[in-house]
Amino acid sequence: MDLNKKFTPETWPEHPERATLEAKNKFVGFWLFLGGETILFATLFATYMALKNKGPSGFGYSTQELYELPLVFVMTLLLLTSSLTSVYAMYHMKNFNFKKMQLWLAITAFLGLCFLGLEVYEFSHYVKEGFTFGNSAFSSSFFTLVGTHGFHVAIGLVWVTLLLIRNSKRGLNLYNGTKFYTFSLYWHFIDVVWVFIFTVVYLMGVIG
Amino acid sequence: MSSVAQKRGFGAALWDWMTTVDHKKIGILYLIGGGFFFVVGGIEAMIIRLQLLKPNNDLVSAGLFNDLITMHGTTMIFLAAMPILFGFMNYIMPLQIGARDVAFPFINSLGFWMFFFGGVFLNVSWLVGQVPDAGWTSYASLSLASTGHGIDFYAIGLQIAGGGSLMAGINFLVTIINMRAPGMTYMRMPLFTWTTFVASAMILFAFPPLTVGLFFLTFDRMFGGNFFNHTMGGNTIIWEHIFWIFGHPEVYILILPAFGIFSEIFSIFSRKRLFGYPAMVFATVLIGFLGFMVWAHHMFTVGLGPTANAIFAVATMAIAVPTGVKIFNWLLTIWGGSIVLTTPMLYALGFIPSFVMGGVTGVMQGAAPLDYQLHDSYFIVAHFHYVIVGGVVLAILAGVHLYWPKMFGTMLSETLGKITFVFFFVGFHCTFLIQHWLGFWGMPRRVWTYMDGQGWNTANMISSIGALLMAIGVIVLVVNIIMTTVKNVRVGNDPWGDGRTLEWAIPSPPPFYNFTQTPLVRGLDTVWIEKQEGNKTGLTFAEPVQDIHMPNGSIIPFFMTFGLFIAGFGAMFHQETSWGLPLLIFGLAWTFVSMAVRSLQDDLGFHVTKQELQRDIDNANKGGQN
Repeated sequence: MDLNKKFTPETWPEHPERATLEAKNKFVGFWLFLGGETILFATLFATYMALKNKGPSGFGYSTQELYELPLVFVMTLLLLTSSLTSVYAMYHMKNFNFKKMQLWLAITAFLGLCFLGLEVYEFSHYVKEGFTFGNSAFSSSFFTLVGTHGFHVAIGLVWVTLLLIRNSKRGLNLYNGTKFYTFSLYWHFIDVVWVFIFTVVYLMGVIG
Repeated sequence: MSSVAQKRGFGAALWDWMTTVDHKKIGILYLIGGGFFFVVGGIEAMIIRLQLLKPNNDLVSAGLFNDLITMHGTTMIFLAAMPILFGFMNYIMPLQIGARDVAFPFINSLGFWMFFFGGVFLNVSWLVGQVPDAGWTSYASLSLASTGHGIDFYAIGLQIAGGGSLMAGINFLVTIINMRAPGMTYMRMPLFTWTTFVASAMILFAFPPLTVGLFFLTFDRMFGGNFFNHTMGGNTIIWEHIFWIFGHPEVYILILPAFGIFSEIFSIFSRKRLFGYPAMVFATVLIGFLGFMVWAHHMFTVGLGPTANAIFAVATMAIAVPTGVKIFNWLLTIWGGSIVLTTPMLYALGFIPSFVMGGVTGVMQGAAPLDYQLHDSYFIVAHFHYVIVGGVVLAILAGVHLYWPKMFGTMLSETLGKITFVFFFVGFHCTFLIQHWLGFWGMPRRVWTYMDGQGWNTANMISSIGALLMAIGVIVLVVNIIMTTVKNVRVGNDPWGDGRTLEWAIPSPPPFYNFTQTPLVRGLDTVWIEKQEGNKTGLTFAEPVQDIHMPNGSIIPFFMTFGLFIAGFGAMFHQETSWGLPLLIFGLAWTFVSMAVRSLQDDLGFHVTKQELQRDIDNANKGGQN
């Protein structure tokens, strides 16, 4: 592939994310990877639901007492908005507007960072209350499910930061266009998983 | 880059193999690695059979016996059968679809090194003297109680190896979806490619649960988690579910490529198109689908209740239908064919009755009430060895003989090949047939020894003698490989004379770019069609000779995996030593930095020019290769 081939908005292909064979491979491969990730999270969800509120005899923690919806609501807003901003970034990528794509991806990363900060605060708050990882089956499954999601967010942040830095000066081409695109796929996936966490863990935890 | 072999030092050759991203070389690496672990697992099996040779034997201690059965099962499934099949998939599948490499050559290499380091990690346990001892299923109620680091080796070693399998699965899927040659529609794909496709899809959905399960086990044992500890609210049955949601598809991941290899063999050596090709494809997909619906038949006696047992019993028996379709299609492929009794064909003919016996005992156990009687007896041992050895191992041995000339350019001796077959086949039935009766007579599986006077002595003796015969068969195969390599008689493109698919129309071994020109596929068994129409080369081309783009080699996969290997030891020892945690962090950092280096450098590959290709074509013509 020729890295130096220069494009204009007119010559930029309609689907840069699958314009070459390498790009198409990445595109299909990443979708399949997300399929595997779905099963991974499904297993974590199933385990969480089986172990929810389970602990040693005299266990004093329950979902109703533990979770605080306002904080989680703010986190949800941040992450859902970051998904929207990554859509804007891809819109500009497809229109060959590199500067605006960079801007919106940076905003996406910033929102993700805020989300992660709140999650760290949430976890440390639980630990302070004595709800540690080894406290019970419930705590182990909770921290593993939500923590795995948080780990995915962290990986995504490192990923997009490296992408932005590496390509900061060379503009869009068919080599990195697909890289930005797969990042946005990943980011949407994280967002969808969070929707399920918000529903299954927090809402169902507080209500039922 | 000519095809003329160049003299190189050992170091350069080693570096070449460590950095290779060529799917053919990685395929051979998988075969070597898997072959090595096959021998290790075989030695473990021999010691097991020696221990059980006579009653009240004390060749090995009870504890060591547990180590042996655990490592035998784990090694054979994860480190021998799967990698050897991956070797064939890697080498043959891209050739069959007319591709020059797999979709992700770098990840392909990474997958191999993860398998290799995971396997080494697991077997380091022997050197440390703390070996996994909770069975290959490692049920949590046993594995949490196991002292020492044995189970830790299991959890982390399989985690690393399993990651490699997942990558290989995605890689094969994308390769088949995106990189088929012009004209190679899905319904023209050779059956080995189809089974690779379905097995890869199963890997994609079966391995993530294993990953999660192993993480739970790692957390429980090493990081204070409480998933399976019932005194802390945990549930040990969760492990069983997760393990079998992975474990049952796993046996189909093994058997489907085996079916693929046999389908190729039946077709080639009956000189007939595979009977009922669309039905074969449909049956493969259906087996892949049903394989995910039956995991709880491993847990009939756990107490899930009659409703759950009934549903899983029915689903289990349903799998016999597509499998039966396949058996009859193979029989009808042979029917009226012009049969050549080569070594691979012998294995294929031996496979049908052997595998059917394993299948029938499988349906017996699928009946939940009967399973209560058979559970944990030697009948189970007999059954799963009949499907795994009678299906997968026979396919691996057949595949070695069938594809050896394509991979190495020399033909394994047919005489020695047939001797191998006779020893192995007779030994296999001698070992495992009698074990069905041992089960009926009440001998439980996984016992270290047994008392005299229970009527089990003769049967165990026969079984052990059979194991010896199998070992002799494998030794003959090794002798055969050495002799063939030393003699080094080169063969042409189509050494069996009846090749039907694209891999038989290119040199043996193929040049590193596989096809000088991308072939045009004109139907199922395209090379056979071309040959019937008088085209001696067996190929029609879809493009003129032009520059070919190929990927660069890289050492980074090796380094990335090495980081995980180090991190594994850190995780294992972090509770009792001060250096464990820093080592864990260092290892993971090593891996992530390697990943970052990979992603920051532009690795765009290189081009093989038209002139070089033309020179290779001229050399081939001058050399008189057919």
